[in-house]
Amino acid sequence: MAKISASVYTSHVPAIGAAIDNGKTSDDYWKPLFAGYDFSKQWAAKNTPDVILLVYNDHASAFDANLVPTFAIATGDEFQPADEGWGPRPVPPVKGHSALAAHIAQSVIQDDFDLTVVNTLDVDHGLTVPLSLMFGQPESWPCRVIPVAVNVVLFPPPSGSRCFDLGKALRRAVDSFDEDLDVQIWGTGGMSHQLQGPRAGLINSEFDNEFLDRLVDDAAALAQKPHIDYVRLAGSEGVELVMWLIARGAMDDSVSLKHRFYHVPASNTAVGHLILENESED
Amino acid sequence: MPLNKPYGDIPGTTIFDADMARKGFHLNQFCMSLMKASNRDRFKENERAYIDEWPMTAEQKQAVLDRDYNKMIAQGGNIYFLAKIFSSDGLSFQYAASTMTGVSEDDYKKMMLEGGRAPAGNLYLKEHESG
Repeated sequence: MAKISASVYTSHVPAIGAAIDNGKTSDDYWKPLFAGYDFSKQWAAKNTPDVILLVYNDHASAFDANLVPTFAIATGDEFQPADEGWGPRPVPPVKGHSALAAHIAQSVIQDDFDLTVVNTLDVDHGLTVPLSLMFGQPESWPCRVIPVAVNVVLFPPPSGSRCFDLGKALRRAVDSFDEDLDVQIWGTGGMSHQLQGPRAGLINSEFDNEFLDRLVDDAAALAQKPHIDYVRLAGSEGVELVMWLIARGAMDDSVSLKHRFYHVPASNTAVGHLILENESED
Repeated sequence: MPLNKPYGDIPGTTIFDADMARKGFHLNQFCMSLMKASNRDRFKENERAYIDEWPMTAEQKQAVLDRDYNKMIAQGGNIYFLAKIFSSDGLSFQYAASTMTGVSEDDYKKMMLEGGRAPAGNLYLKEHESG
């Protein structure tokens, strides 16, 4: 049977991707950020799963203003890096797992989460920057990836509790897949940031660190946090953090913390990162 | 009954909700068109002629020509869509953010390096005005 063994949480700032692609990771500006992922790269090399369910949001790349799915799962075999206006990132195409994705879609919809099913999907920095942070610059990605796209651009995004419950439904779907597969679920985006208007540049490290604390051992209550708290306290784009609750919902109630990192700034954004394993794995 | 929108009193912030998306639909779709190199070339060659192909309001068009991002946001533009304009101009997110906050790019970068804009005084319109 397939099982979820671990989860990774990380910001997905586009400038991080540009720093990797342009060989700037040892610059003074970027060095402290990438140092926070040294452990993560070793962990990822030792704990490479068969499949990652990668929860992220599209930033007006694959989905425009014409079509805004709240939750979408990609069932295709391969996904190309999106051209976000300055050419696609020089990273490998992302190989999907269409059989598991189709199984998840059917299971989760029967479980009352009405996912949109996508076949062809160009994946933007929201999905590829986390892969680069964890796996570096390989010629091909070391595992399959199923993109799970969440709307956090058009307000309101799904609530924290809805996201947390979707994670539980994803867990049930993976648990009921017959093939023996080691599956991880990654939640991406955040942490505090605001990219627009006169308040652009807002960072709230107190909010972010409390979120990191509670995601580990108080996640069900954290999922009750209303949207207004995110947008007021963590910036209009800080609401991306609801996506971390999807990944956390798919994990055991009690998890083991393997790594934690927090850094300000990456461009306009506070970067947060956690690695959690299910304790039943040890 | 009007919907509950508790985010109206966050200073310097426009939440891109369904009403704003309705208002900004054509502006945002114009921005999306700049993802194609051929459209970027046509836009750069004659900005006025290119935007006149889109059913935007005169105010939206003027805000685009002026690169007034706060005005574009007030008229339904969303930052991830508007990013296609400043990317076409070869400018960074930090540059665009600095124009929206009314400081130079260097000052904005310095603020971010020093930990970003502090929450204190920036969470509620009331404290913002009195602060």
